[in-house]
Amino acid sequence: MKKEKTMKLSLPTDELMSSGHLACQGCAATLAMRYVLKALGQKTALCIPACCWSVIDGPFPYSSLDVPIFHCAFETAASSASGLKAGLEMVGDTETTVVAWAGDGGTFDIGIQALSGAAERNDDIIYICYDNEAYMNTGIQRSSATPLGAWTTTTPVKHFKNRPKKDIDAIMAAHRIPYQATANTSYPEDLYKKAKKAKDIKGTRFLHIYAPCPTGWKSRPEDSIKLGRMVVQNCIFPLYEVEDGEKYTLNIKPREKKPINDYFRLQGRFRHLKDEDLKLIQEEVDRNWERLLKKVEIGGQQP
Amino acid sequence: MKKVIMGNHALSWGAQLGRAQVIAAYPITPQTQVVELLSEMCASKTLDAKFIKVESEHSAMAACIAASIAGARTFTATSAQGLALMHELLHWASGGRNPVVMGNINRAMAPGWSIWTDQNDSLSQRDTGWIQFYCSSNQEVMDTVVQAFRVSEELMIPSMVILDAFALSHTYEVVDIPDQDKVDGYLPPFKPPVRLTPSDPHAFGGLTSPEHYFELRYKLQKDMEKVPDLVEETGREYEKLFGRYLGQVEDYRCDDAEIIFVTSGTAGYTARVGVDQLRQDGIKAGNLRIKMFRPFPFAKVREILPRAAKVAVVDRNISYGHHGVFYQEVKSALYGRDHDRPPVFGYITGLGGRDIMPETFKEMARMTLAKDKPEEDITWMGVKR
Repeated sequence: MKKEKTMKLSLPTDELMSSGHLACQGCAATLAMRYVLKALGQKTALCIPACCWSVIDGPFPYSSLDVPIFHCAFETAASSASGLKAGLEMVGDTETTVVAWAGDGGTFDIGIQALSGAAERNDDIIYICYDNEAYMNTGIQRSSATPLGAWTTTTPVKHFKNRPKKDIDAIMAAHRIPYQATANTSYPEDLYKKAKKAKDIKGTRFLHIYAPCPTGWKSRPEDSIKLGRMVVQNCIFPLYEVEDGEKYTLNIKPREKKPINDYFRLQGRFRHLKDEDLKLIQEEVDRNWERLLKKVEIGGQQP
Repeated sequence: MKKVIMGNHALSWGAQLGRAQVIAAYPITPQTQVVELLSEMCASKTLDAKFIKVESEHSAMAACIAASIAGARTFTATSAQGLALMHELLHWASGGRNPVVMGNINRAMAPGWSIWTDQNDSLSQRDTGWIQFYCSSNQEVMDTVVQAFRVSEELMIPSMVILDAFALSHTYEVVDIPDQDKVDGYLPPFKPPVRLTPSDPHAFGGLTSPEHYFELRYKLQKDMEKVPDLVEETGREYEKLFGRYLGQVEDYRCDDAEIIFVTSGTAGYTARVGVDQLRQDGIKAGNLRIKMFRPFPFAKVREILPRAAKVAVVDRNISYGHHGVFYQEVKSALYGRDHDRPPVFGYITGLGGRDIMPETFKEMARMTLAKDKPEEDITWMGVKR
C-alpha cells in the first residue's frame, strides 16, 4: 500500500476573518489582517482609523472580523489604542491585546504624532501599519510612504514623486521601543511568528507590513504575492526586527541581491520611469541596504 | 470637609469624588493645576485611575473616548486652543455616545495670544453635541463635575464643565468637599449599555449608510432633550444629600424685576452685586444666570424673562457677523411669543479678560431703561474706539 503523504500546515486553520469583506482583488492588506489575527487570537481588540480597512471590514451593522473594532478618527489609531487599553484594564480586562491597525497615511503622515506619543510612553499596545504606499482608500494620492519615482493621482507622471519614502522604521527605532519588525504577506510564516512574538512582549510594539495594492499600483492582482517576494529579494523592503531600538536582526538575506528592474516593470505606477531613473533608484536601494547591514553588524545578528 | 481651593483644583476634586478611572490630559495655561493635582491624586492612590500623559489635546480626547468605549469613567480638562484642537473628537464623543466629562477653562482664542477669559472657545463648540455647564463658583465647579458624570452616563452624552480663566480657575474659595461614601451613593459606577469587549465582539462607529445615520442623530437629539429634566431631578437629589441645588439656571431677584440681566460664568456672580446696588438705587433689577447652555434651558428662560419689562443679555463672546451668542439664543427662545416678549438688549463686554464690574451692570441698566427698544443689536461696553 502506498504511503499517504500528509502536508504539515505552517499556520493555524482557525479563522477570525470571514469572507464577504469589501477588499479589492489581490489586496495584501486583507491577507495581513487574516494572518495577524491567526497569531493574536480572539482576545484582541482593534482600533482602525480611516484607511482601506475601515471600508474592508464592512458597513454598519456588519463586520467581517470576529474581534471587536473601534473605528476611530484618522490621526488617533495610537492614542485610541492607548485609551482602549487603559479602559479595558480599569474594568478588569488585563488580557486583551489592543492593536492599532492603520494604513501608511494614518501612520507615516497624519497619525505620526499620536504614534510617537504612545511609543515614547511605551504604552502597552501593538501598532500595525499595513503599508500600501499611498492613500488608496481615497483614490491613490501620495503619502510620505510613497516610494521615489511613483505615479499617484497627486504625483502625476510629469511630476512623479521626487522624494524617497520616509524611513518609519528608523523613526520607531529612535523611540527605543521593545520590539518592532518589518513583515510581508508573501512570507506568512515570518509574519505570523513576528505577530506572535509581539503579542508576548509588553510595551509598544510596531509591525510594518508591506502590502501590495493592485488597484493603486496598477499591478495584476495575481502578482501581489510575487511582488512581495521580489521586494525582499531585491532588498527594497528587507525583513528584519529591532529590539529596544538597537538590536537589529535580519530575517532574510538573499543569496543573490536581485536588481530592482523586474519589480518596477510589473507595476503601472512606475511605467514612466526611464532607465536612468531606475539607476538612481537602484543606487538609493543599495545605500539603504548597506546601512541596514551596518546596523545589523553593530547591534545584531545575521540570519 | 471644608477646604480653601482654587477653581482648577475644584475640577480635580470633582474628578476624584466621581472616581474617574481613566484620565488623559495635556497641559495648557490656565488649566495646568487641574492635571497637576490629578497626577498627585493618581500617584498617591487617593484616586484609582490610569493617567495617560498624552502628547496633545487631540490624543487626550481620543484616549478618553476609547477608554469610555471600554466601559471606564473618563475625565480630561483643557482650555481655548486645546479645546479647538479637540474639535473633531468632540463630535466623535457625542456621536459615539461616549459620556466623557471634561473641564474647560474659558480662555480667549489667539491671535493675539491671550491667556485671559472669554467664552469664544467653548461657544465655538456649541453644535458638537456636548452638554455645557458654565459655573460661577468653585463649589459649583466641584459639585457639577459629580452631577455631570451622573447625567452624562445616564443619557450617554458627554459633558463640559466650564469656568472662567483666572476669575475662577485661579481664585481661591471655600469649598465644601463631601464624604466619598455619600458621593458614591449619589453616583453609581459606570455601567454602559454596550461596551467594547472580545467576549461580545462588535464594530463601533463603522461606515454608516444614509439608511442608518439619520436615526443615530435623531436619537442623540431626543436624548439631549431629556437633559433639562434630568438635570433638574439630579440637582434636587444632590440638594437633598449635600444641601446645594444644581439647576439649569440661577434666578436672582427676578420675581419683581423691571430689568433682568442674562449672564453666565463669573459675570453671573458679579451681576448679583450689580443687582443689589441697583436695587439700593431704586431700580428693580434681577439676574438670570444661565448655567446650562446646551441643551438650552428654553422652559426656564421662557418662564422667567417675561416677568420683566426689559431684558439685557451680557455676552463675553461674539459670533462674528452675527451677535453675542447668548443674545442670539435668548431672542430665539422668545421668538413667536407675541404677548409676553420683553425687548431684548444685547451687550458685549469683557472679551479677552477685560474686567466686568458691578458698575458695568449699572451702566447697562441705565442704557437699557433709557430706551423703549434696542436701536442696535450689539452695544459694546467699555471698548476703546
